[in-house]
Amino acid sequence: MTRRATNILGVVAIAMVATTIGLGLSLPRTVEQHEYSRLIAIHPPLAWVSYVSFGVTALASAFYLWPRTRSRYWDLLAGASAEISAVFTALTLITGSIWGRPTWGVWWVWDARLTLTALMLALLLGYLALRRVPGDVGARGKRSAAVALASAMVIPIDHFAVDWWTTLHQDSSIERAKDTLGGPFVAAMLVGFVAFTVFYAGLLVLRFRVEQLEDRFESDGLDQALAARRAEAFPRREPEVVG
Amino acid sequence: MFRDAALVAGKDLRIEARSRVATNQVAPFAVLVLVLFAFALDPDRGVLTTAAAGLFWVAVLFSSLLAVQRSFAVESADSARDGLRLSGLDPAGIFLGKASAVAAQLLALEVVLGIGIVTFYDTRLHGAALLLVTCLVATIGLAAAGTVYGILAAGLRVRETLLPLLVLPAVAPVLLAATRAWQVALGQSADDGWRWVQLLGVFAVVYVAFGVLAFGPLLEES
Repeated sequence: MTRRATNILGVVAIAMVATTIGLGLSLPRTVEQHEYSRLIAIHPPLAWVSYVSFGVTALASAFYLWPRTRSRYWDLLAGASAEISAVFTALTLITGSIWGRPTWGVWWVWDARLTLTALMLALLLGYLALRRVPGDVGARGKRSAAVALASAMVIPIDHFAVDWWTTLHQDSSIERAKDTLGGPFVAAMLVGFVAFTVFYAGLLVLRFRVEQLEDRFESDGLDQALAARRAEAFPRREPEVVG
Repeated sequence: MFRDAALVAGKDLRIEARSRVATNQVAPFAVLVLVLFAFALDPDRGVLTTAAAGLFWVAVLFSSLLAVQRSFAVESADSARDGLRLSGLDPAGIFLGKASAVAAQLLALEVVLGIGIVTFYDTRLHGAALLLVTCLVATIGLAAAGTVYGILAAGLRVRETLLPLLVLPAVAPVLLAATRAWQVALGQSADDGWRWVQLLGVFAVVYVAFGVLAFGPLLEES
């Protein structure tokens, strides 16, 4: 992606998120939840992006592990997406908690979806910690890809476990919003879904590019250091000027 | 593959039998965790009896971390991991062997902890079949997952701190499902206990399959 295209994507993403926030703030107060129902414009979209970005990490990791499609790009993409996923998962938990306080009366409940999201955040933090361990790039790539895949496999089991355990969270935000809140709320939420997805795409491109540059910096740094040592060991003799 | 697994498991268990780390350090640690729970909660046994199933499995989980760390610590001395790589043993066999050795130690530990919760927490054990099957399936899952993450963290300098961060969130469903199944067996819940055992079974199958497939490349990179 060219620099110009990245810039355009960034500007569009920021404009769309701003529109979502504007739409969300302009929503009317509701009788049940007062000001808090406006969180519908950002909370479900944040959760959506956290799942999508986790999925991208798992998929890119699978491509990296598969010998035929192995490429450093998949590893960088998995890492970039996981970082964004961790941020969005944390934001989902925070906005959910802010919403939960007036709705359920407590900051945290041990409900299926909350528990699953919290577990996902813990898995992501473990994955990111593993990525930060210094060492050989290829070995690190394989190790972190294996962890990402294992985490992705555990998520459905987690889902069933916490679902059977207890459940309190509403089924589906869209269905519920349509029935109880009405058109403007659904519209704001849907705009939110698109806006945050575009925002995620923008962040992903930027983060990916930074990782690529870091990669190049590291390898170039090594080349330069090697050249410097070589120059020290074999100093080039300047031809003597005979005058 | 199975012959290699038996060889590796036999080697690991012989090391444990001779070094006595499992009996002299891991088992006392697990019992100590039970005692600490009693300090943290209430001296009144009511709370402890109600929470016995969960506390038992938390103690097993913590001990499984120690067992896995130990299982790979014995391979780090004298470049034993290189020896394993060069031994020509099937990597899947090495995985199954190491996981079975960890599972055998954990099962023995669960017997000790079971006696612990009966004595300290005044727990009456009922539903023997459900209790035992839960123990067996959950332990297979814990040992398989622990061994997968153990080899991932094995060659790293930060392995002691990284391993819990990787393992604990991953085995959270085991803690949840095993505790629920035990609560049913102990008569504290009217849930369907066997459903939880099925979930534990799925977890165990997923991690055993993953380990069998991925252990080779991970061993090469460790």
